[in-house]
Amino acid sequence: MNNVFVYCEMEGTHVADVSLELLTKGRKLASELGCQLEAVCAGSGLADVEKQVLPFGVDRVHVFDAPGLFPYTSLPHTSILVNLFKQEKPQICLMGATVIGRDLGPRVSSALTSGLTADCTQLEIGDHEDKKNGVTYKNLLYQIRPAFGGNIVATIVNPEHRPQMATVREGVMKKEILDENYQGEVIRHDVAKFVPETDYVVKVIDRHVEKAKHNLKGAPIVVAGGYGMGSKEGFDMLFELAKELHAEVGGSRAAVDAGFCDHDRQIGQTGVTVHPKLYIACGISGQIQHIAGMQDAGIIISVNNDPNAPINSIADYVINGTVEEVIPKMIKYYKKNSK
Amino acid sequence: MSLKIVVLAKQVPDTRCVGKDAMNADGTINRSALPAIFNPEDLNALEQALRLKDTHPGSTVTMLTMGPGRAAEIIREGLYRGADNGYLLTDRAFAGADTLATSYALATAIRKIGKYDIIIGGRQAIDGDTAQVGPQVAEKLGLPQVTYVEEIEEIANGRIRVKRHIDGGVETVEGPLPIVLTVNGSAAPCRPRNAKLVMKYKRAMGGQEKAALAKDGQELAYSDLYEKRPYLNITEWSVADVDGDTSQCGLSGSPTKVKKIENIVFQAKESKTITGSDADVENLIVELLANHTIG
Repeated sequence: MNNVFVYCEMEGTHVADVSLELLTKGRKLASELGCQLEAVCAGSGLADVEKQVLPFGVDRVHVFDAPGLFPYTSLPHTSILVNLFKQEKPQICLMGATVIGRDLGPRVSSALTSGLTADCTQLEIGDHEDKKNGVTYKNLLYQIRPAFGGNIVATIVNPEHRPQMATVREGVMKKEILDENYQGEVIRHDVAKFVPETDYVVKVIDRHVEKAKHNLKGAPIVVAGGYGMGSKEGFDMLFELAKELHAEVGGSRAAVDAGFCDHDRQIGQTGVTVHPKLYIACGISGQIQHIAGMQDAGIIISVNNDPNAPINSIADYVINGTVEEVIPKMIKYYKKNSK
Repeated sequence: MSLKIVVLAKQVPDTRCVGKDAMNADGTINRSALPAIFNPEDLNALEQALRLKDTHPGSTVTMLTMGPGRAAEIIREGLYRGADNGYLLTDRAFAGADTLATSYALATAIRKIGKYDIIIGGRQAIDGDTAQVGPQVAEKLGLPQVTYVEEIEEIANGRIRVKRHIDGGVETVEGPLPIVLTVNGSAAPCRPRNAKLVMKYKRAMGGQEKAALAKDGQELAYSDLYEKRPYLNITEWSVADVDGDTSQCGLSGSPTKVKKIENIVFQAKESKTITGSDADVENLIVELLANHTIG
């Protein structure tokens, strides 16, 4: 009872990376709270699924294995979580801010009248004092996320309602195995007891999923462009530099919205979070939503002709010049000196 | 078959043009500095609704929004493009709502509207980017949902087939009516205003807008029109009008509380500023190669 739960998203029989990242975070939160970490895996053909999650320090794995549970549809997965949570009364529930998590999370939160915060970039445990009513709440989940319109970060709490629910984007938290031989209990539930037959009304009749064309999330070097790149052609220069450096190319939301690069390359709070050893920001001013997705980079180089661009304040190197001038020189001198 | 369609739409501050005066000194949002616009993805949803009206004669499109009196603008914009009518949920008791309290209010209003086959809105609003209200409305009404919709392909025999985006791909799904759909920004853009409809509805106003004119000492032009042409009166609904429970509305109906808002000042690192000259760029590249950052 009152444990930390992570909903594990399944692609086929494979647990999504974002869920393993949340198990890692969930383990830390559970240890801090002195409670257990529990995982929920719902899908089809999940015979050995616990092997994928237990090493992350999971104390109990709830497995729901039935033919209708993959591909994901909203109603059966909602019923699983709602009915399980009514029994188990978790204090915290985390899920990925993916298409599935953002479809499922709000539906579950509505059914349980619990609060849900989307796209958190940090999760911490702390106390909350409600001064108006003179009540202090111990050990709440601080759900921290940038808010719109400038350099604002909001901390959200759910004082009265459980579970405290949050979604987190892939790559924001680190994935770390706790112990390959971690022992946890595996519970295989009777799906029919949780999901009424009437829940299977929406049918997936066709489905195409492609593997990502790039590995932005895990790239050791990222070359990112902003609105200052000026055009899709401007981004060609970045791809050229990235090819030389064996780097991946990303973009700010402004660059994506302007059509300079593909949506799946967006870096920031509502895109991919990256942790490279080198981040080269080209023509990016540095809205907080962008910085939230790259601030952990080892070394940051900012190429910008505006000396007051906010991103310069977190950069290790600021190259004060236009992207058109500087990037070809970087390519040229890399070629010259790397051989 | 003819369809009853409800479009959920929100008036939002245009966060895409945030300027220096977007924030007040105390860290709150200076809404007056940001233009109020029709939430972009709600326009994509409106277009899907209007296409259904085009292909299913006898269908009606009803706009539903929640906000202050001036949010009647959203309903007018819908009427200009082909919606048939609209309701503005407006009451002080709705203020300060998080997504759950918002979806409660919208679901109660939809029940008041009574008949519906499709409830459709944008995937998310640009002022919060949460994408929560659609699924929460669906849950409150006990309806199935399909989110991230790209296109409605067909409606036949009480079932709907839609194409939707999923992570890394696309899916075609089929479900029963009534249903809640949320539409992506990459779906077909909304049609422009229709000149004839603009002429017909340009004087359409909500009660609060009329009251605001009176308060400014302005006279309501052609005031007799509002009796002769009832469609010019945009219906405003309070909590009581939709038989709502105030404890589930607004701030008191919101499980999430904002504990703290911080203005982040980034700790300036010890940064090295160089020019874009050949010598400076070459020196930097050599330095990065030497310490194995690149290479």
